[in-house]
Amino acid sequence: MFRIILFALCCLVHTNIASAQGTFQDLVQYHAPNIIKGSVKTAPPVITDIQNFGGPVATDFLLAWQSKELWFRKSDDRLITVTTTDKKTYTLLDLQTGDAIGSATKSEIKQIKPNSGLRGMLGTSLVASQLISDDINTRTASLRSLARDPKLTHLAPLRVAVAKETDPDLLVKMTRLERLLTTQYDTNSYERVKAINSFSNDLGLDVRGRLNPILDTQIQLSKTAPDHGKFAQIITPNANGEFTPTDAYAMIVAQGWAEPDITTDEKRQAIINNIENGSVAGIDIKTLDTAQSRDAAYAALAKLGTVPTDVSDADIQAAINTTHFYTTYLEKDPAVVAATIETLDSINTRVGISNTIDLFLDGLSLASIFFLAAIGLAITFGVMGVINMAHGEFIMMGAYTGYLVQQIITNYTLSIIIAIPAAFMVTFAAGVLMERLIIRHLYHRPLETLLATFGVSIALQQLAKNIFGTQARPLTSPDWLGGAWQINDVISISWIRVAIFVLSILFFLMLWFTLNKTRLGLETRAVTQNPRMAASMGINPAKINMLTFGLGSGIAGIAGVAIGLFAKVTSELGSDYIVQSFMTVVVGGVGNIWGTLAGAAMIGFLQKGIEWFNPSNTLAAQTFMIVFIIIFIQFRPRGIIALRGRAAGD
Amino acid sequence: MKKILLATALTALTTTTAMADIKVGILHSLSGTMAISETTLKDTMLMLIEQQNAKGGINGEKLVPVVVDPASDWPLFAEKARELLSVEKVDVIFGNWTSVSRKSVLPVIEELNGLLFYPVQYEGEESSKNVFYTGAAPNQQAIPATDYYLEELGVEKFALLGTDYVYPRTTNKILEQYLKDKGIDGNDIFVNYTPFGHSDWSKIVADVVALGADGKKVGVISTINGDANIGFYKELAALGVSADDIPVVAFSVGEEELAGLDTSNLVGHLAAWNYFQSAEGEANAEFIKTWKATMGENRVTNDPMEAHYIGFNMWVNAVTAAGTTDVDAVRTAMYGQKFPNLTGGMAEMLPNHHLAKPVLIGEIQADGQFDIISQTTEVPGDAWTDFLPESAVLKSDWKDLGCGMYNIETKSCVQVKSNY
Amino acid sequence: MNGPLIKFLKQHPSVLIFLTILSMFTVLISIGSEAFGYGFVSTSLVKTLGKTLCFCLIALAMDLVWGYCGILSLGHFAFFGLGGYMIGMWLMYERTRLIVMESAQNAQLPMTTQEIQDAIGTQIFGVVGGSEFPVIWAFSHLFWVQLLLVILVPGLLALIFGWLAFRSRVTGVYLSILTQAMTLALALYLFQNDSGLRGNNGLSGLQNLPGLEGTAQSVISMWFFWGSAFALGMGYLLVKLLTESKIGNVIRGIRDDEQRVRFLGYNVEVYKLFIFTITAIIAAIGGALYYPQAGIINPAEIAPIASIYLAVWVAIGGRGRLYGAVIGAAVVSLLSSWFTGGQAPNIPLGFATLNWVDWWLVLLGLSFVIVTLYAPKGIGGLFDKLTKGGTS
Repeated sequence: MFRIILFALCCLVHTNIASAQGTFQDLVQYHAPNIIKGSVKTAPPVITDIQNFGGPVATDFLLAWQSKELWFRKSDDRLITVTTTDKKTYTLLDLQTGDAIGSATKSEIKQIKPNSGLRGMLGTSLVASQLISDDINTRTASLRSLARDPKLTHLAPLRVAVAKETDPDLLVKMTRLERLLTTQYDTNSYERVKAINSFSNDLGLDVRGRLNPILDTQIQLSKTAPDHGKFAQIITPNANGEFTPTDAYAMIVAQGWAEPDITTDEKRQAIINNIENGSVAGIDIKTLDTAQSRDAAYAALAKLGTVPTDVSDADIQAAINTTHFYTTYLEKDPAVVAATIETLDSINTRVGISNTIDLFLDGLSLASIFFLAAIGLAITFGVMGVINMAHGEFIMMGAYTGYLVQQIITNYTLSIIIAIPAAFMVTFAAGVLMERLIIRHLYHRPLETLLATFGVSIALQQLAKNIFGTQARPLTSPDWLGGAWQINDVISISWIRVAIFVLSILFFLMLWFTLNKTRLGLETRAVTQNPRMAASMGINPAKINMLTFGLGSGIAGIAGVAIGLFAKVTSELGSDYIVQSFMTVVVGGVGNIWGTLAGAAMIGFLQKGIEWFNPSNTLAAQTFMIVFIIIFIQFRPRGIIALRGRAAGD
Repeated sequence: MKKILLATALTALTTTTAMADIKVGILHSLSGTMAISETTLKDTMLMLIEQQNAKGGINGEKLVPVVVDPASDWPLFAEKARELLSVEKVDVIFGNWTSVSRKSVLPVIEELNGLLFYPVQYEGEESSKNVFYTGAAPNQQAIPATDYYLEELGVEKFALLGTDYVYPRTTNKILEQYLKDKGIDGNDIFVNYTPFGHSDWSKIVADVVALGADGKKVGVISTINGDANIGFYKELAALGVSADDIPVVAFSVGEEELAGLDTSNLVGHLAAWNYFQSAEGEANAEFIKTWKATMGENRVTNDPMEAHYIGFNMWVNAVTAAGTTDVDAVRTAMYGQKFPNLTGGMAEMLPNHHLAKPVLIGEIQADGQFDIISQTTEVPGDAWTDFLPESAVLKSDWKDLGCGMYNIETKSCVQVKSNY
Repeated sequence: MNGPLIKFLKQHPSVLIFLTILSMFTVLISIGSEAFGYGFVSTSLVKTLGKTLCFCLIALAMDLVWGYCGILSLGHFAFFGLGGYMIGMWLMYERTRLIVMESAQNAQLPMTTQEIQDAIGTQIFGVVGGSEFPVIWAFSHLFWVQLLLVILVPGLLALIFGWLAFRSRVTGVYLSILTQAMTLALALYLFQNDSGLRGNNGLSGLQNLPGLEGTAQSVISMWFFWGSAFALGMGYLLVKLLTESKIGNVIRGIRDDEQRVRFLGYNVEVYKLFIFTITAIIAAIGGALYYPQAGIINPAEIAPIASIYLAVWVAIGGRGRLYGAVIGAAVVSLLSSWFTGGQAPNIPLGFATLNWVDWWLVLLGLSFVIVTLYAPKGIGGLFDKLTKGGTS
């Protein structure tokens, strides 16, 4: 008992004393409620105390806390670490000695899970010691954690670490962070300017994150015009701008230079507060159903002295007109401000160029996705003229095939390599089956193919739901397709999108080659242009139709694997792409895979372009794109690349 | 006039004869876009009803489920609700997921004096005499999550990403006002809406990353709905956006949605709910066990399932207490009903038809589960938000005031029917 | 009754038969209704049947434009939906206004016109986070203007779209895809919250007619049922008059060989445009009657799939026959409603149970295939075979 009182007293007087007198366990038990609760609001004094205790036990404790390895016993809140072999009974270990002090079941103890804000705080608290650790991994991790939220206090230990660092790669990163901190925290103006200038070619987000705040401004006001060089910018209140007359007047009022304006709501409330026997200042409230009559009633109240007088609009305008508003930099050093402006100008130009390139890449990526989704259709619809509404469901079947393969083969790379031909075979078979059973009976009734294949489409979709359920299924890309190609901090594109782009190019070349340079292609074109003539030349139209349709469907299957990899695998996957795919083929021009390429490119870039104008509204971009397509078709009814002559047929 | 009387007499007659069993209507889409989420809830209800029947039903009467499929078609929800109430004569309906489907059935339920248990987190700003909202209101999910961002993670700049429909729109409107009240500048709030099922996320994710250019800590609050999340998280993972740099807290992503994803690259991103499967406790372990035994080992449980679990059990207790399934009697018996949460503590039904439930914040783990890092005590659900001036003056109290839209300034009931 | 009409009816007894069956059906339902009869037809069934009649009306329009004129439009539900939106705006505005006026009684100060307008705006657009009235709501307080807009807005859209499309000779499959793009664009536009029509939420509570709170839904549903039946009857007569007139001959010619009709000196585009627009207006009237019965309209209603279903109804019913379209729409939509309603008993097959909710769409899809392959003239074709002893 005495110890506890003493302990509490110590903490009240000066927390450091605690570390000198109690054991480490006593110290952390004292802080146990806050450690268990784990909030960044209560953690700082706890961390300070533990750090002040010092020694490896404190560092280990902070590390254990950060990595969620700390537990506590529910019965007495004792903080411990644990080991277990069967996840049912746990051996409890003492924090200081690491000795076993007993065992407990899962329900008797609880893991302490600090949130990520606290974990970050714990990480930074360990920086000073870890930056000069002997283990390079610790140093790397510590630098990464520091880079997230560096403070003034970190500059000194960082400089120490830079001087000691031996690993060249890590040294580059450390120096960069040191330069970044110098721009803001160094006391020497010359050093800061030098550091700022050194970043003029750097696109890094962290650089902009450091430099932009240097140019933060605040709005000032004065009755006389500010001296030259004492302000960043003169601003005038604008009702449609960011600084409205209302804001401006509020600032004037805050300075005590004018009386506050009474808002319509305040007037209304004031009138209500002063209702007596159904009238206000002698005015019957039944008449107060217009803004004018309420103003009059308020004025009457003001005359009686019950409420403050309203300020007229003219007075407000006059007050604003006689006041000067301007912004000043929070940064006091003009040399630093000038250097920052110059450096940021240089950076922003580069960012602008990079943004354009990034937009282009986005458009290219979207175009290749549209192309991939539509290319199967380019064959079945474009070349053969069959309207296959179930095309989307073939894409879906491909994606589900990919999922199934991944269920059997757990190696992601291998499973993708197998999934692609598997998806092709599955959808090829489905396509051939559909051609044999349905489509061949309808070659002379193209619009009815639409209905029949629509029937197949909804049947397949529901079938997929019945088999796989309605939940999305995972289709995971291998690690080498997992990340993104980071060209710089602005331009980046995920590898899966690059892969889709490459795949579309491959498909395009392959199809172009098949249709134009092979016997099958020749026969396909012959059959689609004139089946009877082709038949009399010894070609079997039925077989060619079957194979061509199978080819188109098979490619849809492969597209399904690719789309599933970057988006989702659900039974509705296909229906998301079907209308767009048809539009791609129609806009591009039927009967020619060059057309599909052109169509996909146009739709992809157009959509990204419109999105760029209106970034917060993707739906509007899609709407305008479709409207544009409708209008475009008016001028080129046969698409961008129209076949001429007999090949165009009808 | 005579005919009308005759007709009412006939209907009255049929109602009394059809009282043999207790009928429970289940109004969840089994096809269409929402089937992905709602089918699970239908299965949950069937499981709960089966369990209750195994215990002997209610007051000796068996429960009979009536399952209909409104097929994610909003007008069909109204049609099916009418069918359930007037043809099948169900005693209670458990159903709906999207707000628009709820708005579609509201007039029908109110006209026919039905009883609906709505299990999904929603935007609030509504109170119907005939609906019990067992999901979270904004102050039970969005506001605590935002507080967590502000206080624990020190987020200074917010990206509010949502699917373009009422729940994200209203939630974001409330959050924008809340953030401004907390001193966040309007320029530091980035809002973006995408259509249902959106899959092209590269530009939007890049835009969010670029928000950090002014040195402020960026956090994403996601009200992205349904399977659009899959593409969004895949893009986040591909661009290597770590939860330590730009955390994402989602209000519509639970265990079920993560089942369609490889979460190893998403570890540390957040979700706010009233329930996580990973919550420790015997009731939860039992619930998960039964669910897996019924549906398969790889199935997961999620928040709306718990909402149905609590709602159903409260309704059973209310019917038992009232001794009848009569809607008005059950409704009165519902107020103050308590039932243990699966996450610990007691849920209580408030007079505003919302539950008092704890708010949990979880971090995504590599196995698709959530690590609970914050759990509050029970927060009473608020039908009308305190953060919008026009709603702050409204109050819902069906027990004493008998009004869902009571203006505390004028001390009068604005309207008895709900707004739809 | 005037002479020519009687003569026309005598020439085409099928119209009389149709109208007689429709009237008998209406009378039967009225006798069975809860509001005006013995109550063996529930209100929810009355609503379903009333809505089905509206579907039959748009199917008639579809049959005229596709079965007779050869334009496979995959966008007619856009007009149907627009019709619903136009009437919905008035219903929504007026109902909300009455609620606001009622609560204004309790206000401490009488409300100004601006305050009333704001309150209505907050009630209607609060759901989508706004309170301002968009310009397109300018006439929403005027019933007759909105009623006129039911015809004008979809009619004008059809006129402009048709003029653009037919002028540049977009035909066949291309036209189908273009109409599909039109309805998709409209749906996407309306999905936006900023569209001014409450985005994904659409307009709801339309079944509650303003000022008639005291009237039971059982009564209102009958009014709409009668209205829909009347519209269907009139629509049938109008379409039949059209198809049996000279215009009818020309459009059938266009369907069978557009070039030949053009070479005969007819302005094909004008005929097509006329038919396209008139069918759009019929569809819009169907929509204006449908959505107050459904209670809610939202952009998902005009998604491309709805219009494809429309084509399927007509195909199954048998295009080129007006009664075929009506039968197709009625049969398919009623069956769908029944099978998804959960009332259809599940069939145990020994090894598994055939659960209709799960398998209905599969069977429906397959039945499209079978009908297209083996009964290209649809149910109407079978009907012909029966009546004409298989000669057709």
